[in-house]
Amino acid sequence: MDAYLIAIGTIAGIYLLLALGLNLQFGLTGLINFGHVGFFCVGAYTSAILSTKGVPIPLSLAAAAVLAMLAAWPLGIISIRLREDYFAIVTLGFSEVVRLIVTSEGWLTNGVQGIAGIPRIFRDGAGEAQAVLMLGLTLAFCFIAILAMMRIVRSPFGRMIEAIRDNEEAVRSLGKEPAGFKMQVLLLGSMLAGLSGALYAHYIGYISPDQFIPFVTFQVWMAIIMGGVGRISGTIAGVLILMFFLEGSRFLRDFAPFIPEVSMASIRLGVIGLALILFTIYRPQGLMGDFTKR
Amino acid sequence: MILNINDMSKAYSGLVVVDKVSIRLHDCEMIGVIGPNGAGKSTLFSLVTGFLEANDGDVVLDGRSLGRHSAAERARHGMVRTFQVPREFANMTVRENLMAAAPRQSGENLISAFFRPRLVAAQEKEIGSRVDETIAFLKLERVADSLAGRLSGGQKKLLELGRALMTGARVILLDEPFAGVNPVLIEELSSKIRALNARGIGFLIIEHDLGALSRLVSKLYVMDRGRLIASGTPQEVLADPLVREAYIGGGLA
Repeated sequence: MDAYLIAIGTIAGIYLLLALGLNLQFGLTGLINFGHVGFFCVGAYTSAILSTKGVPIPLSLAAAAVLAMLAAWPLGIISIRLREDYFAIVTLGFSEVVRLIVTSEGWLTNGVQGIAGIPRIFRDGAGEAQAVLMLGLTLAFCFIAILAMMRIVRSPFGRMIEAIRDNEEAVRSLGKEPAGFKMQVLLLGSMLAGLSGALYAHYIGYISPDQFIPFVTFQVWMAIIMGGVGRISGTIAGVLILMFFLEGSRFLRDFAPFIPEVSMASIRLGVIGLALILFTIYRPQGLMGDFTKR
Repeated sequence: MILNINDMSKAYSGLVVVDKVSIRLHDCEMIGVIGPNGAGKSTLFSLVTGFLEANDGDVVLDGRSLGRHSAAERARHGMVRTFQVPREFANMTVRENLMAAAPRQSGENLISAFFRPRLVAAQEKEIGSRVDETIAFLKLERVADSLAGRLSGGQKKLLELGRALMTGARVILLDEPFAGVNPVLIEELSSKIRALNARGIGFLIIEHDLGALSRLVSKLYVMDRGRLIASGTPQEVLADPLVREAYIGGGLA
């Protein structure tokens, strides 16, 4: 059970890094990014490929974050001035393009078979000690990311991105260019997603293209919507709610042992969907309240 | 001379909405732009401030041509507009709205925000005291920490004026500042505009409340179907039969 909690904590931390990035982009700036998983994927493959080729893991983690950020840059150049709904479509398309590339470029990514044997970050000592260290590292990254977000929210930069979220034209009328701010936010969020992807790859040890489907993006969306859009506490709460439904529904098996495992996976998704619907009906501002309730 | 609008034109697939409009705003002047609905007044404002691209014409501010500059660049050069329907930052407080409008904030740069906290804090303090002055001037003290989205129509107009002031603008283009504002607040708003004008800020104002506007401005320009049809002092213009015709024809008394 302890090992189970450590595992859940690590996965939650990985989701939290993703969610913090998306909350910066959508909750604070109003960017509708439907392609978050694309940057997660770039990060995961970068660190996996580099570390299996012998690059030290600290370097491969850094490379993952930087490369995810670099991938966001051209995307930003072509799409940041688009209206928000078009931006959403372009980002969704981007993440699918990334998935197609890792599927078809077998020489680099081993195609649909995926990359196995990705080295763990902590390889010495007992299994449990390794797992605790991995949890600690993930949470340390989360902690740093949370501190950085708090700094951003309280800074004039944070004030300006919230202004952009509320009314972009008014921002322009005051002599500020929204595009530059939005680009920085896109890059920062993608960097977090890239780092998250790298941690995921080393933690799971095996990655393949079918792990990077748009559904991952929408899980992160569900988390920030249920927790409360635009608030850091909401992002944390949302990830915990998501984990509760993802993992908690496993225990449904104990109550309904007659349901086969395959159906159970679908039921789990149904439960999460139901939770999301109930949240949007009965608590649209999310568990912790959103930016409109300040 | 401070603002010179030369031959502004805009057409949408053959339909001319603004047709060679030229307006001069001298130092510290207040000018009104009137005309029936659909005359092209708001479009003209968008062309002048760079929110729409003009087909033809130029805007010269203090001898500098701004015709090719972005909306934000024009605002940074000292020409700021407000909107017919207020565009407050609804989920931010009145104070935050005003803070956001201050120009040249180092804390808007992420590197400085993280690594030069003292510089940013000093600037925030300085901007904060300017915001306090603006709030006091506009008598918005009671709502200073309320969300801007919850203000009344008139308060939102005051807030937009306040934001324009915080940018340090020398020319402010007001698009229907009195629309949806109660009569008492209209007088209040007029007296603020007059006071700012006395401090040297020029105003170009679109307004349908001709009474309140005539008391404010020294000169009126009349637009109808994209063209300027008359200009002069409010008394001259409002007595002009052509103007009366355009207004009645446009369905507005």
